[in-house]
Order: sequence, then structure tokens, then C-alpha cells
Amino acid sequence: MIFPFGYLRPRSNVRTINIGRTCIFTNANITMTERRHEDMDILSLSAVELGKKIKAGEISAMEATQATLAQIEKEEPRIHGYVTVDAQGALKQAEEIQGKIERGELTGPLAGVPAAIKDNICIKGRLTTCSSKILSNYKPTYTAEAVEHLQDAGAIILGKTNMDEFAMGSTTETSYFGPTMNPHNVGHVPGGSSGGSCAAVAARECYYSLGSDTGGSIRQPSSFCGVVGLKPTYGTVSRYGLVAYGSSLDQIGPITKNVEDCAAVLTAIASWDKKDSTSVKREDYDFMGSLKADVKGLRVGIPADYFTEGLNKEVAEAIRAAANVLKEQGAVVEEFNLSLVKYAIPAYYVIASAEASSNLERFDGVKYGYRAKDYEGLHNMYKKTRSEGFGAEVKRRIMLGSFVLSSGYYDAYYLKALRTKALIKAAFDKAFENYDIILAPAAPTTAPELGKSLGDPLKMYLSDIYTVSVNLAGLPGLSIPVGKDEKGLPIGMQLIGDHFQEKTLLRAAYTYERVTGKEAR
Amino acid sequence: MSKQYETVIGLEVHIELATKTKIFCGCSTEFGGAPNVHTCPVCTGMPGSLPVLNKQVVDHALAIGLATNCHITRVCKFDRKNYFYPDNPQNYQISQLYLPIARDGWVEIETGGVKKKVRIHEMHMEEDAGKLVHDEWDDTSLVDYNRSGVPLVEIVSEPDMRSAEEVIAYLEKLRHIVQYLGASDCKLQEGSMRADVNLSVREIGSDAFGTRTEMKNLNSFKAITHAIEGERERQIELLEEGKQVVQETRRWDDNKESSHAMRSKEDAKDYRYFPEPDLVPVMIDDEWIARVKAREPEFRTAKLARYQKEYGISQVDAEILTESRNMAELFEAATALCKKPKKVANWLMVETMRLMKEHDMEPQDLRFSPENLAGLIEMTDKGTVNSSVAKEVFEHVFLENVDPQAYVKEHGLATVNDEDALRKTLEEVIAANPQAVADYKGGKEKALGALVGQTMKAMKGKANPGRINELLREML
Amino acid sequence: MANKISDETIEYVGILAKLELSEQEQQDAKADMEKMLDYIDTLNELDTSDVEPMSHVFPINNVFREDVVTNGNQMEETLANAPLRGGDCFKVPKTIG
Repeated sequence: MIFPFGYLRPRSNVRTINIGRTCIFTNANITMTERRHEDMDILSLSAVELGKKIKAGEISAMEATQATLAQIEKEEPRIHGYVTVDAQGALKQAEEIQGKIERGELTGPLAGVPAAIKDNICIKGRLTTCSSKILSNYKPTYTAEAVEHLQDAGAIILGKTNMDEFAMGSTTETSYFGPTMNPHNVGHVPGGSSGGSCAAVAARECYYSLGSDTGGSIRQPSSFCGVVGLKPTYGTVSRYGLVAYGSSLDQIGPITKNVEDCAAVLTAIASWDKKDSTSVKREDYDFMGSLKADVKGLRVGIPADYFTEGLNKEVAEAIRAAANVLKEQGAVVEEFNLSLVKYAIPAYYVIASAEASSNLERFDGVKYGYRAKDYEGLHNMYKKTRSEGFGAEVKRRIMLGSFVLSSGYYDAYYLKALRTKALIKAAFDKAFENYDIILAPAAPTTAPELGKSLGDPLKMYLSDIYTVSVNLAGLPGLSIPVGKDEKGLPIGMQLIGDHFQEKTLLRAAYTYERVTGKEAR
Repeated sequence: MSKQYETVIGLEVHIELATKTKIFCGCSTEFGGAPNVHTCPVCTGMPGSLPVLNKQVVDHALAIGLATNCHITRVCKFDRKNYFYPDNPQNYQISQLYLPIARDGWVEIETGGVKKKVRIHEMHMEEDAGKLVHDEWDDTSLVDYNRSGVPLVEIVSEPDMRSAEEVIAYLEKLRHIVQYLGASDCKLQEGSMRADVNLSVREIGSDAFGTRTEMKNLNSFKAITHAIEGERERQIELLEEGKQVVQETRRWDDNKESSHAMRSKEDAKDYRYFPEPDLVPVMIDDEWIARVKAREPEFRTAKLARYQKEYGISQVDAEILTESRNMAELFEAATALCKKPKKVANWLMVETMRLMKEHDMEPQDLRFSPENLAGLIEMTDKGTVNSSVAKEVFEHVFLENVDPQAYVKEHGLATVNDEDALRKTLEEVIAANPQAVADYKGGKEKALGALVGQTMKAMKGKANPGRINELLREML
Repeated sequence: MANKISDETIEYVGILAKLELSEQEQQDAKADMEKMLDYIDTLNELDTSDVEPMSHVFPINNVFREDVVTNGNQMEETLANAPLRGGDCFKVPKTIG
């Protein structure tokens, strides 16, 4: 698959035009310098480490930003993790933030650290496309709450990352702007839908990123790209400004190089937001306090019904090995029957498609976004705009969602799925009576090859088997890298906690990380 | 001889609530203003925006439900009603289908002396749509979202009404209840109250329901009456010709006094209702209900009965006084102070209403206090001011809520009741008008009036004409 | 139990969703939906007769705002991304009624 990165390398301040499916650079004035060792060292720092060095005056925010932008230039032809990069804007932010740090106005751990944001999270005045044609020209007039928190914390926003169109997909191949490639092996997908966010962290094109997770869209690509990804408990991070896919399932979450960074970003973005009626006021936001390498007595449950023939052998081995590491550190590890495993996917797809079919009705060419050029009359405008503006997978889910909600089928499909959801949640509640965390794979395989998944949508849906139930139950789920397969493709372990138990997950993950020294750097 | 038919009518009434802000966002509901000024990402359906429920909306809806004898749904939820139309920014409307806030209520109406209960099937909260303005020249429409998200309560009745008269009575009843609660000003002409009529006909004596049609765009009681009569005729004609009534929505044109079907195959009318995931349930406990119930005013029906009994006010007068809660309470408060209900009623029904009309004001715009009205009445009774001075003073009370005592004193308007001064002036007038005196003594009563007029003029109006009259007769 | 989706159904769903599908797309959509629905039918293996449909995971209730105006004049922002503008309004093909 040829990926044309044939856009103008900007040498002036003129904004480049988006030629079909390429990355957009705005006002970049970077010239490629030789790779310096110092650059490489800067890029290998974690976000928190970088933050410390900037605060100490050892590195400036400008240097970090320049190094990252240079890395983006280097890697994008290979990876295509970004939809838009605002280099000039980032450098300007860096200058301002550096000043604030020096004056003591910004003191948090993430001040001056460059980050990337998934392109379904709104930033005022900046292209937010959801990797779709129908929003390819859309600039929100407000910024998402989670991003505002990062901006308040002194983050430098480099750009918006590529994703499956409207977050519907598991490979980032449904993006209108072309797929993202897995940095570990560009013949393979990075996973999805937050493929760009995960690839960017893995390729050091940013120090951390924000993704969104509706059925595994943070955890699965994190596992495929060998980075740390967290989906918080539903309601922990405000959804205000996240373009909705499955409203009762969506959460924004951090994607980072290690667990400490994950805790730091989560601390920055988690909040009780009055603009989001489903936002939960947490009692404890001190996630950094969980970073202790101690799992003594931690009760770890491994669902035996996850280890079926569909699960790749190497993945299964890596997961069991990781469980053993925790066991050796004093955790009590045991297998159990989670039950209802095979019903999670159909329930999830009914609910997610139904909500999505409704959430995407607003894209109609009236108020914003793409409008068809030729149409006759109102309803024809709607049809042409939406048919031309949406990709195949989005249309597929809209059709399914409209159908399961339609007259005569609502009870049999939608309500049935909601009842199944209740049962699945009950199964988890029961499991958490006996275990503190559940340990599982994040995906049944490592990253598939490019171009192999979209031909059989149902098969692709089935690969979400380990992640969707966590969204259905509103639980927190964390993916951390635990190994690689023969091809060098990363394997991720998923830790699932009871509601509001992110700290337990972080502690277990941190312990594993400290003991094995495995981090994405 | 053709068969006898009865008309079966049910109503869907939408009431725009008088809150300061919209139902799901902090935009103002203020009427007027340039297009799209009162908008935000939430009420214009921008990607990533989320609704948050206005508590005042629930309070109003709850109050209306309780006042119409409804059963309150203790855990009520919102649902999405999905359909594509440009005035609907998300192409779904947030409404309540499965668990509306109130159900199974009733109101009592009276037509032709006969009382009847009209049952309410359900009542729910929902958001209003924006406005569409059609541009005939280039075949386009313009969308203004100022109204999008304004809170509505929809009241769906059972098909219990049988005539246009009953429909009007029902609407009047609802209007009074809702206005008295302060929940809305319920003006059909302005759109703060909208009625869709569901009508079918059947042979008298039959139990089965005929096929019903829905009629929209009824902006006045007159239009409603015409529409009902017109549709009844149209349906009967169809049935008499052996044809079937088609279930459809018809748009009424009051200028043409006819309706036409709003047919659209593009709309499957399948709204795919499902629970709104962005909003959480509303739980209404006993305490909340008690609080709302405690705020309930005495409603019009009760006042009508009480005014007649307690104050001896006639039914007709009582109806005028209780047309709005504001005026009724003004009446009651002023009466409580001066104990002269008939006089208070008179001031309200005559002078007040005249001035309201002159200044294009509504009862809720009245700004004078019952104390000042009562004070003025006392002054008139004591003779401190005569009736024409009183009217003049009242205009200032009405417009500026002046204290009548202070005003009269300041402007020296008090009637001169000094008999000596009056006699002296009268002597002067008599001396200055010999012809009039002669005429009067000659038998012309009218001449006395001229003398009274002259005296009033000389006294700069600050005399009691009645007393002048008496004294003149005495002196001549 | 194989689900059979008729042409009418696909057309109907297209009207609901405001999507215009070509002949080929309609055939693909039929095949996709049939497969998905067959898979979704596995839910019927579960006895959920005693289970309430759960739309919200947490028992949060009564989230309200106060009736206070917090938004000012946002006309320019609202119209900033309008594909077609008519004065201070959005312009669309003529609507009926």
C-alpha cells in the first residue's frame, strides 16, 4: 500500500492545502537538522521526567518542542500518526509556557511537555475532523474540557492525531485521511480507533497523547503499539467536547510511555464537570499517590473463559508470564469464570450503533462541515451530504443502529442489549467481590497486517472481545506492554478494576513496570 | 336523512415555560432579538456538546402536573425522538416518551352550564425547535436557533371533547391554571401556547373511534373553532360518500378557512425513541412534591366562587377580576386594606383596564400597590378628593405607583371643604353670573349646572360639586 | 436462524438514516446486516425476563443547572462554520410547512 506523503514541505508561512489523504502541516518553518544525540536523549525522556528537567532549567520547553517537531517530520512519512500539526502554534505555546514556568506561574508536572490530541476532541479554532470527510473543514468554536485542563497545566499541543472515522473501527484504516502505520512494523496497523494517538507516542512524536475509548479504542491500540493506555471509570473525565460516538460508553483517557506519566495525565484531566450531566464527582483525584511497587496480597483474577482458541498463543503466554511477575511480588493470582463473555460483543454493537446512529444525525450539511455540491431539495441534500461525507464503516453502523431502534425491533434488539448489559455488569460486580483486579489480554492477537481487516467486519468486531465489556460496565481498564511476539509486535496486558479503582490498577501496573523495567521510551 | 355524527376531539397542547434560560443550556429565552444571538454549542447541536437540565423546568412541570390532578412519575427520564428537520439542530429532539413526568390527570370544564371532566393522558417536558423563515425568491429557508432549546411542557388529553366549545373551555382552563402558577403566559397568538387538534367523527351511539386527523397551525381560538367545524364537515362528507378518512396531519389556513394534508413520504414517522444517554433520571420525592404543592395559589375557579360569596361580587365581574392572578391578588389585597370590595372592583374594572388598554399593558405589567389603591379609595370616601381629581391622581398611581396622599398634598389637589371659603366663592359666582341666576330662578335647572361649573373653575376643581350644588340651592 | 433483510427494509432504513446507497451498496448493506443480526441473535440464548434494561451504569440522579443566564451573544461563533449563510441565519433548501 503506497502512502503518498507528497505535500509541500513548507518553507514559508503559507498554509499547505490538504491534497486528499495526506497530513496537513500548518505554518511550519522547521528545517531538518541532523539528528543530535541530545535530541535523542530528550525524546527518550518520559513526560514527567521532561517536566522535571524543564522546571529545573536543564531543558527548555522550546528545545523539547523543537526536538519533537523534528521527530514528527522524520517519522510522519512512515507512520502518518497525525491529521494536523501546528508547528508554529506549538513553538509559540512553548515560548509562552516557558515564560510562565520561569515566573513560577506554572508548577505542575506536565508544564512545558508536548502532547497530541485525538482528532475527535474539540480544540477551539483548530481543525477537528474525526478523520472524516464530513468534518474535514470543521473548526470548533470551543475547547473540550479535558484539553482545557491540559492547557491550564501548561501542555504544548502539537497537533491532532489520526483515528478511525468517528472512532468506529479497530485499525485506524477507516480514516478519511489514510491509515496510520504501526511504528514497530509499518506493514501492520497500529490498532484503533486511537491508532494515531498510540503510534505518535510509540514513535516519540509526542510525550503523551489523549485518546478516546468506547469499546477498547485506547486499550487495544496501546497494546498493539507497546504503550500504556487507560480508559478511566465512566464519568471520570468530562465528555464535554468529545465528539460523541456511544454516549453511554465513551471516555477520554491518557496514552503514555509509562505508568507514572499515565497517573500524571489522568490527574490533570479528571474532573467533575457541570457541563456534563454524566460526570461523576470523585472523592480522590490523587492518582500519583498510587505509584508504589507493592502488590502484596492483591487478589488478581484471570478469566479462564478469555483463554479460548481465538486467543493467539504468544499473547496468551505473555499474559500468563506477566501474571506470574505479579504473583512473584506477592499477589494472589487465580483463574475464574467471568461468564457471559460471548454476549458482550453483540450487546455492545447494538448499543453503540444505536447511540451512534443518533449522535451522527447532526451531521447534515446545515450548520457545519461538509455539504454536498449538487442536490435537489432538502431531503436530497441530507442524503447526498451524508452519503458522500461518511465512509463505509460509519454508514454500516448507522444503518445497523437505525434498524435496531426502529419500530418493531426496539424491544427485541435494543432493550435486549440493555438487559444483557445489566447482566454483564452484575457478573463483574460479582467478580470484584473476590478479586481486586482482573487481568486479561487487551486483544486476541498482536497487530494485524494492513489491509487485512476491513474485508470481514464481523471478524473485526470479534477482536474487541476483551475490551467491550469493560465499557458496558463503565469500569476502568488499563493496558501496559508486557512483551513482543516473534515478529517484534508488542503485546499488551489489560488490567480491569472495579469502579473508581484506577489507583489499584496503576499500582499493579507500576509494580510490574518497576520489576521488569518494561517501558516505552 | 343522513346519519347523526358526533365529533371526538383530543388535544396536544404545547406550553412554552417562562424560565429565564433554555431547558438544557444557559442561553436566554428572551423573545425577539437578532437571529441566532441566544445560541451556544448545546442548543445548536455542535459536535461534543452536552445537555444539562434546568431545574426550574422540572419545578414548573411538576406544578402543572399537580394542579391538573395528575399522577406524578417519581422516576422520570428523557428520551430522544429522532427525525431530520433543519429547525432541529441535532436532528433529534430530547423529549419524554417512556416515563413522562405526569400521567392520568384531569381538568373540569363548564360549557352551557354543564360541567365535565376532560382527562389528561400524559404530560411531559421537551425542548422546542428553532424557527424557519421561508424565502420565496430563491426557494430556500433560513434557520434561526434562538428558540431552539426553549423549554416546553406538552399536555396530551384523552379524546374526551365533543365540540369546539368544549375545546375552547379546556384551553381556557389550562391557560388559567398555567398562568396562575406563573409557569407561562400562555398566549396563543404569540406561540407560548400551541394547540394541535386530533379529530375524528363517528355515528352517535357508536363506541368505536373513527380514523383521526391531526390539525396544526391554529393560532387563535377563532381558528381553532373554524378548523374543528371545517374538519368535522370534511370527514362526514368523506364517510357519506363511502370513502375513508386518511390518518394524516393537516395544516389549517385560517385565511382560506380550509386545511390541506401535509404529506411527506420522506418522513417515515418512525422516531426510534430511546433513553437519552447524556441525561440522568429525575427522581421526585415527597418533599419536592410538598414544596411545589405549598406554592400553589388559590386557583381561579375557587376565587370565582369565593368572590361571589364573600364580597358579593357578581359572576361577570368576578370573571373579569380573576382573569389574571396579578389583578385578582391586587383586588384581594386592596380590599383587605379598605374593606370596600365593590369600590376596589370598580377601580380595577373601569379605570385600570382603560389605562391598560391605552398603554398597551398586560395584567402582569401592573406596577401599583394595593396600599396606594386602597389609600386613594379612602381619600375619595372621606371627600378629600372629588371623583374627577381622584381619576387624575389614579393615573399617576397606575403609572408611577405614587402615594396618593403625598401626591395630593404636593400638588395641592385636596378638595377645599372649608364651608366659609366655599360660600364666599359662591357669592362671587352668583354676583358674576346674574343671567344664570335669573334663568335658574325662572325654572331652568340647567342653569344651576353652569353655576356649578363656574364655581369649580373658580375653585380650580378642588371642590365637591355635590356640596356646591346643595349650597347653591340653599342660597338661591 | 438466518435473518433475511428485504430490499424494502434497506430502503426504509436508508430513509430513517438519510443515506443514499447505490445498488451495490444496498446489496452489501443487506449482507452485512444479515450477518450482524444473526450474530446479535445469540443474545436470545440469555434469559433476561427478570432483568431491567440498564441504560445508565451508575445510580446518579437529579443533575441540574440553576435558571441563570450564563451565555451571551454567540451569533458569530454559531455561524462560524455554516456551509451556507443567509444574513444571520443558516440557509437550507426550502422546507415545507
